Amino acid sequence: MATTLTAQPTTIRPESDRSKWRRDMDGKECTGGAIFVECLVREGVDLLFGYPGGVVLKIFDELYLRRTDITVIMPRHEQAGVHAADGWAKVTGRVGTVLVTSGPGATNTVTGIATAQMDSVPLVVFTGQVSRELIGSDAFQECDTLGITRPIVKHSYMVEHPQDMARIVREAYYIARTGRPGVVVVDIPKNVTSETAKFEWPETVSIRGYKPTVEGHLKSIQRLADAIAEAQRPYLYVGGGVILANAHEELRELVEKTNIPVTTTLMALGAFPGTHPLFVGMPGMHGSKLANIAFQECDLIVAIGARFDDRVTAKLSAFAPKARIAHVDVDPSSIKKNVKVDYPVVGDAKWVLQELNKLVKPRQPNEWNRMIADMKKTHWFKYRHDESVVRPQYVIEKIYELTKGEAIISTDVGQMQMWAAQYCKFDRPRRWLTSGGLGTMGYGFPAAIGAQLAFPDARVVCIAGDGSIQMNIQELTTVVQRSLPVKVAIINNGYLGMVRQWQEFFYSKHYSSSHIAGVPDFAKVAEGYGVKGLTARTHHDVLPVLEEGLGYPGPVFMDFLVNPEENVYPMVPSGKALDEMQDEEWA
Amino acid sequence: MNHRHIISVLVENRFGVLARISSLIAGRGFNIDSLAVGETEEPTVSRMTIVTHGDERIIEQITKQLNRLIDVVKVTDMTDAAHVERELVLIKVATPNAQVRSEVIQVVDVFRAKVVDISSSTVTVEVTGTQDKVQAFIEMVEPFGIKEMARTGAVAMGRERSGKSSRATSEAKVA
Repeated sequence: MATTLTAQPTTIRPESDRSKWRRDMDGKECTGGAIFVECLVREGVDLLFGYPGGVVLKIFDELYLRRTDITVIMPRHEQAGVHAADGWAKVTGRVGTVLVTSGPGATNTVTGIATAQMDSVPLVVFTGQVSRELIGSDAFQECDTLGITRPIVKHSYMVEHPQDMARIVREAYYIARTGRPGVVVVDIPKNVTSETAKFEWPETVSIRGYKPTVEGHLKSIQRLADAIAEAQRPYLYVGGGVILANAHEELRELVEKTNIPVTTTLMALGAFPGTHPLFVGMPGMHGSKLANIAFQECDLIVAIGARFDDRVTAKLSAFAPKARIAHVDVDPSSIKKNVKVDYPVVGDAKWVLQELNKLVKPRQPNEWNRMIADMKKTHWFKYRHDESVVRPQYVIEKIYELTKGEAIISTDVGQMQMWAAQYCKFDRPRRWLTSGGLGTMGYGFPAAIGAQLAFPDARVVCIAGDGSIQMNIQELTTVVQRSLPVKVAIINNGYLGMVRQWQEFFYSKHYSSSHIAGVPDFAKVAEGYGVKGLTARTHHDVLPVLEEGLGYPGPVFMDFLVNPEENVYPMVPSGKALDEMQDEEWA
Repeated sequence: MNHRHIISVLVENRFGVLARISSLIAGRGFNIDSLAVGETEEPTVSRMTIVTHGDERIIEQITKQLNRLIDVVKVTDMTDAAHVERELVLIKVATPNAQVRSEVIQVVDVFRAKVVDISSSTVTVEVTGTQDKVQAFIEMVEPFGIKEMARTGAVAMGRERSGKSSRATSEAKVA
């Protein structure tokens, strides 16, 4: 299991398998559809998530002819297809590919696109479009896909002529994976797939308006190194950018040289070993008290690939009052967007960290390190053990223990997402799949499917809620069709738990629409699809169910009937400062 | 703090680019006073001139967000560099009798504006100049009654000094 994972690529552009290239197509007159598929092969695409429909039939026909080169996975809903590509892209570090039809096919991808874009996941989404002469006529299954997706993509194209196909496909993958990665949408009118053009493969890509900065300014890196040398209480605030840049080893080297305590955001779990003594946990609204107090007490924040999101900073005017701020990011617009920055560095995290490691002076542990180490014993995540109910924290803690921290974990959004982030530790990157920016319910299950397709032998566990699993439960069919041994643990409390928690705290316990009436017997639902179903009703059922479920060779739904009115702690209430965290009452 | 800025944006001259820019501006809640678009000496490039206002942080975000767009080739904040700036305005002024008409034409002469159309009850004037001049002209003819007005929004260009163009200072640099 672990060996498969260590084989993961460290560059985000795989070498394309040139033996698959149809060299005989070079310079020949070919249909747009044939050119399209050949371009995918040359880009190194060997798997895509596709749902067919009227205007993309020519492309699916070409994919049929090239089925030994590209595997097409059909989700049962286009949104799930995009999430699956997102999960696949996160675990592999490669660009995920989606192909859908026009109209509803395209609009169904919107949530998936926004989810991936918010978390800087590299995807190319190809959408079919009605034929050129019908565009704008409200034709059957027509919609303005580029207009609808414009605010939620990194870039988008319409292929107006088959001769533009190769260049656009090439640029789309280049833009998706470079700089701050993101989603590129390519809209392909039906006539373009059947019209012909001479196929010419552009060896290089050059876009005059797009030159992402990779190499940081050396002087700015030197200033950052000097600032670290002068700081008494430095603090590393690491975001998802470190994982996207494959910079985790460089980060570890920096920490080993400087002994700076590290917090990793929700998106960055695994960028730094969760079991390392200098790891202080996730920060923010449901982060560790230690991580949040460290923000308030430090005198230098070194932010790398993080974006000072409101869920991390809490009340901005009270955030890190004693600290100067250094910010390393590949996206210049991220710097100074939310906070004032004293030491900006624009550049790729890996490149900047390599240079910083050469320049930074070794730093010995000091009083600050001792304070952090002491507080780690008292200011960590905890819950009261109680055998009279099934506590959700207990279930998640046991998932972590039983998988020995080796599993790929995906989550839905809400309470179980936060508990998973608190109680699962990740020693390596690209094993944690969650929708951080957009907060999309229904993300976890399809993302797990994507991860399992990338690593068939890995143990992939989706931690879902009884609300969110029902947003993409149809993917049980995909799991059965492809024999994917995904394990789904449903933290079933009969509520939209996080909504209920806010209603309890801030809306006079008016549980308006948060109680989920008619929750099905998930084990039976699973069995109806031909998937193994298990149910844990008491505390003492938890371990046996997990052991049986996680040990089973095929896909499993495990339904944990947990204590209904649990809250996620600690919590920084909305509008409060990071040091105004609330604990569970007994703590 | 809240200064007027004139930002020149060179973009790919292609379908959908204006939509991208206006969608960005609307989506991020930036305030725009005017936006003028047209082709440049290079047919594949268009120039957009954006007049906006805000504090330093907002202007920095506007230039950075514009720079993020793939179709944006270059963003230049002209505000602090030597530049020339012009706007063209067409104003239809009510002139019910010959006396009013001659008063309006006097104002037009002083401002070196141009009468481009005339009827028994109106005079249509073309004014070109900086925002200050245009504004002053509007204030002068307002008492007569403005029946219609069309403005192009400002366009701008850096001044040339001994063969070198005066470069704007903040080409969206960060570090």
